[in-house]
Amino acid sequence: MTSEQIIAQLPYGPDFLFVDSIEKLDENSITGTYHFKGNEYFYPSHFKSTPVTPGVILTETMAQIGLVSLGIYLISLKQKNLESALIALTSTAIDFYLPVFPNEKIRVHSVKEYFRFNKLKCAVEMRNEKEDLVCKGVISGMIRF
Amino acid sequence: MSQSKQEKMQALLEIMQPYAQDPSALANLKEETQFIRDLKINSANLVDIILDIEDKFDIEIDNDSMDKMMNVGSALEVIEAKLAAK
Repeated sequence: MTSEQIIAQLPYGPDFLFVDSIEKLDENSITGTYHFKGNEYFYPSHFKSTPVTPGVILTETMAQIGLVSLGIYLISLKQKNLESALIALTSTAIDFYLPVFPNEKIRVHSVKEYFRFNKLKCAVEMRNEKEDLVCKGVISGMIRF
Repeated sequence: MSQSKQEKMQALLEIMQPYAQDPSALANLKEETQFIRDLKINSANLVDIILDIEDKFDIEIDNDSMDKMMNVGSALEVIEAKLAAK
């Protein structure tokens, strides 16, 4: 399965897709990037005076690259059909270190802790273009076929 | 050295402690106590409980066995069967 095929299978619309590329991928880990455009819809409101990427969006970005994209790949290896599958975020524990401003590009790296009984748990970190740590933590999700 | 059912139930209680959201159901643990309905454990944490059971008893639990583990009694049965098959 190619990176383009994985991104095409992500279940998000354009306003809520936070994956530009998948650079590295194997059964145990994934690395991907996203560029936060200057005109993302949440910047005028978060905050009213200064635009900063919300922590929930950074968490979402880590989940989309680190958990959902990796999960789509792992499920493709099991040759299961994703079409009618339901996915749910089940747990996040994230620490934040640096802000992300409009027009910054970030890279997410995720390492699988386990994928069993349809639950995927990963240790995920995000770094900015200077390779400085933005946030890191543990995220889990489940899929129901 | 084989553990009694009581000891296994105690081990199970300790594993479930961090995940159970109904303290009174945990305190009155019975074989009929259901993980999701009574202890209010969510399905994601149920997976962690199964993995903790695997580590604690040094057994491997497959998908079919997991499906059977609805309550404390059925979980103990699966643990007994896996230990006996070792």
